[in-house]
Amino acid sequence: MGQKIEQDLQRFRKIVRGKIKSNLSKYISRGEMIGKKGNDLVSIPMPSINTPQFRYGSKGSGGVGVGEGQPGQPLTKPQDGEGDPQAGDQPGGHILEVDLTMEELADILGEELALPRIEPKGKKNVVTEKDKYSSIRNVGPESLRHFKRTYKKALKRQISTGTYSPTNPLVVPIREDKQYRSWKEVPKPDAVACVVYMMDVSGSMTDEQKEIVRIEAFWIDTWIKKHYQGVDTVYIVHDAVAHEVDEHTFYHTRESGGTKISAAYEMANKIIDARFPPTEWNVYAFHFSDGDNWGDDNAKCQEILKTQLLPKLNLFGYGQVESPYGSGEFFEHVNELTDDHENVVVTKVPDREAILASIKEFLKTGR
Amino acid sequence: MTQLGFYNTNLPPHLRILKDEIEGYARDYGLDFFETIFEVVDADDLNEIAAYGGFPTRYPHWSFGMQYEELSKSYSYGLSKIYEMVINNDPCYAYLMRCNHTVDQKLVMAHVYGHCDFFKNNAYFGHTTRKMMDEIANHGNRLRRYVERFGEDEVEGFLDKCMSIDDLIDIHSVAIKRRDDPHAAPPKTDDGEEDEKPVRFKTKDYLTDFMNPPDQLRAVEDEKRKAKAQQTPPHFPERPEKDVLLFLIEHAPLKNWQKDVLSIVRDEAYYFYPQAQTKIINEGWASFWHSTIMTQKVLQPSEVIDYADHHSGTMATSSKRLNPYKVGIELLRDVERRWNMGQFGAEWENCDDLDKKRSWNTNVGLGRQKIFEVRKIHNDITFIDTFLTPEFCVENKLFAFNYQDQTKNYVIESREFEKVKQRLLFSLTNFGKPWIYVLNGNHANRGELLLRHGYNGVELKVPEARDVLTNIQFIWGRPVHLETVIDDKPILLSFDGSDHTHQTIGGDHDTRGKSGTKTK
Ligand SMILES: [Zn+2]
Repeated sequence: MGQKIEQDLQRFRKIVRGKIKSNLSKYISRGEMIGKKGNDLVSIPMPSINTPQFRYGSKGSGGVGVGEGQPGQPLTKPQDGEGDPQAGDQPGGHILEVDLTMEELADILGEELALPRIEPKGKKNVVTEKDKYSSIRNVGPESLRHFKRTYKKALKRQISTGTYSPTNPLVVPIREDKQYRSWKEVPKPDAVACVVYMMDVSGSMTDEQKEIVRIEAFWIDTWIKKHYQGVDTVYIVHDAVAHEVDEHTFYHTRESGGTKISAAYEMANKIIDARFPPTEWNVYAFHFSDGDNWGDDNAKCQEILKTQLLPKLNLFGYGQVESPYGSGEFFEHVNELTDDHENVVVTKVPDREAILASIKEFLKTGR
Repeated sequence: MTQLGFYNTNLPPHLRILKDEIEGYARDYGLDFFETIFEVVDADDLNEIAAYGGFPTRYPHWSFGMQYEELSKSYSYGLSKIYEMVINNDPCYAYLMRCNHTVDQKLVMAHVYGHCDFFKNNAYFGHTTRKMMDEIANHGNRLRRYVERFGEDEVEGFLDKCMSIDDLIDIHSVAIKRRDDPHAAPPKTDDGEEDEKPVRFKTKDYLTDFMNPPDQLRAVEDEKRKAKAQQTPPHFPERPEKDVLLFLIEHAPLKNWQKDVLSIVRDEAYYFYPQAQTKIINEGWASFWHSTIMTQKVLQPSEVIDYADHHSGTMATSSKRLNPYKVGIELLRDVERRWNMGQFGAEWENCDDLDKKRSWNTNVGLGRQKIFEVRKIHNDITFIDTFLTPEFCVENKLFAFNYQDQTKNYVIESREFEKVKQRLLFSLTNFGKPWIYVLNGNHANRGELLLRHGYNGVELKVPEARDVLTNIQFIWGRPVHLETVIDDKPILLSFDGSDHTHQTIGGDHDTRGKSGTKTK
């Protein structure tokens, strides 16, 4: 990345994180970029600042669309009416969607990741269902050469050699990356899984730290969904108390006040007992925090983990983001458990560059 | 991006051969363009260049960082990639992504020659500088110098305000006549401005600002302006001025560096405007040529699948949005077909016999000639206005939609030709933005600034408009007012530097504050 754009980017991030006083703060939107891939929506957090300008409101507005439909029929989404009718006014430039499915996206993360201890569970018998995957070979007729696959192969290679970073993507295919189309069928086990995401949203967590959690959870989610037919997700946020929330709230709430991690663990435990009995579900839990906790709560957390949660979980992952304010001592309390519990994994995620390493640690092959 | 070798294309040999081949075809077809230089760059570089609006560098501002983040995130998560990028300059610069398949490189090259021909020949680009590469770099240097002298926060804060009004320019003024633009290269003007300018050293345009520091030049100009301002009439401008930026540059009490920053923002707005003004016809033209050159000349049989894949990807009308590429190319093809078959002119227009019209073919073969003329004289609005036909609307399933106040959503309004055309033209008019004029720079004889929103049936987003007024007030230094319409009533929005007020215009209440509502 060039030095100048790097400076502009840092400046933008500082404004978004409120580290620079700016009159634009009310124009910061913490939107998400959504892409539809097959039946799945890919959404990526995308903060932006919309400089105020004279714009048309909705009243009296309209536009022109393309497609079927009778007069009077509502459009699914507000269209050109809301500002921005000249989408993409980059000079002579335009954006082309790369047509990747979620599964292909997950493939990018590569063969080095695997889910620990996948067990066929579920009320139904284990059914091996045949799914069509587009298969690819590295030799073939030129007419079947496949740009997307070539690109992905290069991406994969770069991930495995450590030259790729999700936040600073630069992909350069070499000859060995060339891929050609062919087809094969692979079996996919029918197993059900539940993933519980817990996040500390107390006052000490900054927006950047939540963004890191968001990116990391996105990839974990993508990866797990690749392996299961049905995945249920549970989101819990906590400060001194815990709440179960929907996905959107999970990434956008901001609480203040102190931290009592045991509140989240207790709630996770209750939810698992009530809705996802481990006899029928593969259950994964991930907890992200900056490691600050009320001192006398630490022992209680260890107790709940040891006696309640860990026996029910395929995996418990604890990811600790950098604490700008406190000691981050909670990391050690979870780390102590790793000696006796092979389903506990701890990682530290000091910045975005560390996200990929942390995911690999959580989902490492052969664990 | 570390360093692009601007005057040295680092095309690998196989791409250089392709370039020569495709350039030859483009010329054979009659396309006429400046020399075109292709740079081969990596995805990350392309994202950066795209964030900078096609240029290798810009002045420092967070908004470019934001653009970059969006592009690079979208790319890294596999959602999108930029596929072509070309800038209006002499020579033209275009970028090829290093990891693209050869068939994509061919397509992009063919497409780019279409754009380059359009840039050179379309009337709406006539006024644009062809040395923008140098000018933009120069703007960057000037801004960086101000940042060093006055501090990042100060300069950025001011830039933020300028960008909040960078669309308040007069798109027609450049076609008619550039007024005494303080920043235009010195064309002889006959309004007496000439002798007001200090003598410049004769230099190449893009070196001007190094050789003649704008600060000094402007200081001299300012002195003279101040003297002139003594005689300022109580009501100015004489006619409503749509180039609000120019008005502010000339009359707001700005420091020299601020004036220069505002001029830079204005110059760049005028440079980029024609691209927004010709999105449909320009993309249509480029797509027409990539499709013609690829299918008739370049494509190897083995590449047909990939090409079809990519071409249809570009042309796909995903969602219900109008795709400028698709509308542009289809309409151009329609024009070519009609002029080949003689389906134009009075006789054609007046023919009421549908059967006769359907089989109408005089074999005049004027299609190619006609579309070359179209690309020369039309922008999106005149293109649509002249060539959109009811048949085209039906065939391409166009519909008009509008906002329902009761249900707060958009519904399909009509498929009637006139309605569709009217909505389409409206969305293209003035970037789809409201019209704002300066009415008076000495409002109420107190040096206050009075603006008018040229209301045409669609109301403003009021809270946002207030914030723009705040920014304009900062620049103007005195209270500012905007006449607009809210809930079907004429309203005056005002900001005096500390309070926002609004009051109904007309009736007995046309005094400040009386029926006004205060909001902080
Ligand atoms: Zn194009």
